[in-house]
Amino acid sequence: MTTLNSRIPEGPIADKWTNYKNNINLVNPANKRSIDVIVVGTGLAGGSAAATLAELGYNVKAFCYQDSPRRAHSIAAQGGINAAKNYQGDGDSTYRLFYDTVKGGDYRSREANVHRLAEVSANIIDQCVAQGVPFARDYGGLLDNRSFGGVQVSRTFYAKGQTGQQLLLGCYSAMSRQIGKGKIKMYNRHEMMDVVKIDGKARGIIARNLVTGEIERHSAHAVVIASGGYGNVFFLSTNAMGSNVSAGWKVHKKGAHFANPCYTQIHPTCIPQHGDQQSKLTLMSESLRNDGRIWVPAKKEDSEAIRAGKLKPTDIAEADRDYYLERRYPSFGNLVPRDVASRAAKERCDAGFGVGTNETGEAVYLDFSAAIMRYGQEQANIHGHHDASQEKIQALGTDVIEKKYGNLFQMYEKITADDPYTTPMKIYPAVHYTMGGVWVDYNLMTTIEGCYCIGEANFSDHGANRLGASALMQGLADGYFVLPYTIGDYLSNDIRTGTIPTDGPEFDAAEKEVKDKIDFFISNKGSKSVDHFHKRLGKVMWNKVGMARNEKGLKEAIAEIKEIRDEFWKEVKVPGTNDSMNPELEKAGRVADFLELGELFARDALLREESCGGHFREEHSTEEGEAMRHDDDFAHVSAWEYKGEPADAVLHKEELKYENIELKTRSYK
Amino acid sequence: MSWVKQTFSSSIGRKFAMALSALFLLLFLLQHFAINLLSVFSADLFNEVSHFMGTNPLVQFALQPVLIFGVVFHFVMGFVLEIKNRNAREVKYAMNNGAANSTWFSRNMIWSGLVILGFIGLHFYDFWIPEINVKYIQGDMSGMINGEYRYYEELVHKFHDPIRVGLYVLSFVFLAMHLKHGFQSAFQSAGARHEKYTPGIKKLGGLYAIAIPAGFIFIALYHHLTAI
Amino acid sequence: MSTTNGLNLTLKVWRQKNDKDKGQMETYQVSDISTDSSFLEMMDILNEQLINEGKDPVAFDHDCREGICGSCSMYINGEAHGPGREITTCQLHMREFKNGETIYIEPWRAKAFPVIKDLVVDRSSFDRIMASGGFVSVNTSGNTQDANAIPIPKADADKAFDAATCIGCGACVASCKNSSAMLFVSAKVSQFALLPQGKVEAAERVQNMVSQMDDEGFGNCSNTGACEVECPKGISLDNIARMNREYLSASVSADK
Repeated sequence: MTTLNSRIPEGPIADKWTNYKNNINLVNPANKRSIDVIVVGTGLAGGSAAATLAELGYNVKAFCYQDSPRRAHSIAAQGGINAAKNYQGDGDSTYRLFYDTVKGGDYRSREANVHRLAEVSANIIDQCVAQGVPFARDYGGLLDNRSFGGVQVSRTFYAKGQTGQQLLLGCYSAMSRQIGKGKIKMYNRHEMMDVVKIDGKARGIIARNLVTGEIERHSAHAVVIASGGYGNVFFLSTNAMGSNVSAGWKVHKKGAHFANPCYTQIHPTCIPQHGDQQSKLTLMSESLRNDGRIWVPAKKEDSEAIRAGKLKPTDIAEADRDYYLERRYPSFGNLVPRDVASRAAKERCDAGFGVGTNETGEAVYLDFSAAIMRYGQEQANIHGHHDASQEKIQALGTDVIEKKYGNLFQMYEKITADDPYTTPMKIYPAVHYTMGGVWVDYNLMTTIEGCYCIGEANFSDHGANRLGASALMQGLADGYFVLPYTIGDYLSNDIRTGTIPTDGPEFDAAEKEVKDKIDFFISNKGSKSVDHFHKRLGKVMWNKVGMARNEKGLKEAIAEIKEIRDEFWKEVKVPGTNDSMNPELEKAGRVADFLELGELFARDALLREESCGGHFREEHSTEEGEAMRHDDDFAHVSAWEYKGEPADAVLHKEELKYENIELKTRSYK
Repeated sequence: MSWVKQTFSSSIGRKFAMALSALFLLLFLLQHFAINLLSVFSADLFNEVSHFMGTNPLVQFALQPVLIFGVVFHFVMGFVLEIKNRNAREVKYAMNNGAANSTWFSRNMIWSGLVILGFIGLHFYDFWIPEINVKYIQGDMSGMINGEYRYYEELVHKFHDPIRVGLYVLSFVFLAMHLKHGFQSAFQSAGARHEKYTPGIKKLGGLYAIAIPAGFIFIALYHHLTAI
Repeated sequence: MSTTNGLNLTLKVWRQKNDKDKGQMETYQVSDISTDSSFLEMMDILNEQLINEGKDPVAFDHDCREGICGSCSMYINGEAHGPGREITTCQLHMREFKNGETIYIEPWRAKAFPVIKDLVVDRSSFDRIMASGGFVSVNTSGNTQDANAIPIPKADADKAFDAATCIGCGACVASCKNSSAMLFVSAKVSQFALLPQGKVEAAERVQNMVSQMDDEGFGNCSNTGACEVECPKGISLDNIARMNREYLSASVSADK
């Protein structure tokens, strides 16, 4: 086991980034013109990096599997983006954002990175406004803020429920400008198949043109991976259908360590699964927990009757309802952090109190009736209707709720055909975000020289749990304000290198490997579709490596995933040809990588004998079922080195030193 | 003046040109209707105004060419745009439910326009060509026949034929359809849209589209029926 | 949900091997489709069935499946994104259909959106329009002025936001009888024209974007309003009127 060098600059935490920037090597503008950079992925991190690098003068080649960079899944982020602007004058500061993020991450993130993130957060808002991103404003014309879970200030900037979309379109605009100038060469509908290393440095990629099936060689002086998270290892998640781990996994296989794969965020408020035909899960914004009360029946027989369709939620008397979050966490109530809320829902459903219609009864109620009556009474008072009837109060309250959450309620009704104004919503946790990812140092460079990893794809700044509205912040911070500096320092050594040729033996070998695998899939006349294996993998992951994990389950999962993987390589069936658009072939390659990641994921979870953030080990919890961290043994990043089979992966540790923040147990009681 | 050419060869410039010619034709139609309506109330007044319009040099040699240009431009540009628009979709849908999202009138301006064009041909054959013949080929600028103005008599005479009246009435129905979409569309193309006045424009357009063609139909039927 | 009372449907789907193939409608049967399934989940089931029969599955664009990425693009029973308003195909659910119904599924049809395969079309013309001017020319520096330095009237910010919610799916083009891209282009022109940050380059932007739009082979707007009705994000015709104004005033006032 070696110690990883995270290359954190010396000095006090508040000065590290400034000192770093003052002392790095720069590349002069003329030399930038002869340097190529490949960016894989065009979400907030990749899009902002591609645009900024091109503005600086580098020749950028950007790749995305979608038909346009504008469709990357950052677009689906709803709530907002944090920034330490302190526009509300409520005591926010760079330090507080830093502190909240480290604490929210359950003390498993790197202090220096998080502080840098907090420092540049304010620049992001300035930059986005200058680009024409239409953030919400108040009547004075200034930017509005809202509050999010786990913090005590209002620092979240937003654009209705579509903040991710607006920020991504801002990035895409900036990219479009450079595409128009020819500084970014955009490769839409292209998938990175492998990274090419020459003399130990990342010097290019092999990509597949998803329209023609052509295998292409692309060289560059540095490669940036910005391909997002790997939540789809669970098959069902709130990720996009195409979201995958492959770019990250390919660099892992070529020498980049993969860190903390077991840190997964399960979002508590998603629409429950309706059946086996389901392809993905839909998130309902966290903001709903501000007014909704979460409950299940207090009596098992009531839950059973509801599941059997014999009772409706509105038939359950107030006294027979168990508002379990309010019961267990009186001070935070329904607004506990995501990981806590998710586990509590699972606990109730596992105990037989769930109200879902699937076989496991996986759903709990999110009820707005109290909020409707409360707001209704308030409105009645305001308008002087002191003797308003219950119906009148309800109508008034419904109006208020509609104004606040109308679009979310409408979305819910479209999907479920239930009217959430009159009957409680049914919700259940779903996989949402992965805090783990490719290990990077302070420069965002992986353990492959010249190969960088940014955004959700890296193991990032969120430790073991991410706070709401921090993912957008991190993606844009990496792409706009961090990578452009750190990569320049590295590229300053490459000003005399010249164009990297693509006809060397390294490209030959990488291309052959890619082609062989594709040929295998096409010629393997198996009996089961790719989705068949993906669904099986997802089931194992969800049941045994999901919200609550234990040694027995994890060991079983490791064995079962290996079995599925072995069967996959024998029995997978991919129709069509390799020289045309073939979505099944694309999926096959991605699921092959998920099947390896899944096992490493479970191993990582097995080895981390503590509960922290999104990682919950049943053996490491208090009698009341609360998480127990073991800082003495596990205040480190687990970075895995690829050695062939996931079972052979070698663990490296990066010790996490907390010099500015004291480690405490999170409590929301 | 290349910027003019550039503007009017762009999609928005063409729309704008279509809108301008349409607004001009709307005004003309109103004027035409007003004069025709006189024929219902007073044959003499109708004759006098008709004679003035038919012989005044300003009307004849300045406004009439502008009108002809406006009409020709509007239908030529209409055809050009229709061809371009058809070319923008080479393969048609096997199943298209246009009624789900737009009115029949708006989707079929070319057909209502073609009927109106046919009507203009008939109308020219009925009135304009004989008029040009009398005035500029035979050189009779008096407007008189047998010592009286001929305009009213000619008008009444033309509406004897029930087939012609039927064709006129049918054409006016298509005109109504064309106007129903065209009136407000012209404002939209010119960029004149605001939550304050657009509802008013739409109402006015609806009124115009019904009132003017209905008025023309009334005049035609009036003369047809009173002459029987 | 029980699947015993699922739907049995006849699907007429456009199949086309590649951009050169002529293509034709093919008929398929699917059975026992849960009414809780989304339309794309129904397509997944069809594809699973085709794979098991050894046939080529139907290619279609899709990604987020929550109505925001703008990938999905099916012309269902003669309407972009099918029946239902302000939804994308992925938000359309099977409860909108009746047992025994025949459903037509076609790709977007426009010269500027050539078919790549089956229901997948090439919408890169939208990207080229964006590259011609759909941006504010500001470099990333971290030293732009403070975000609150220029107050923006809430009404303008809200209108800019409404225009900016366009997901670039192309339903406007597909629904328009003229295959016009006016709604898409006007949404971006409007977003920037309404904000002080975008006003600096407003004239040049609208001229460049309209010129690129025309070069791509989209048709002309004839104000039928079909785009607004079919737009999954409810982008208003107000934007087209605003673009007309912006363009016409740029034509008389701008340098070129």
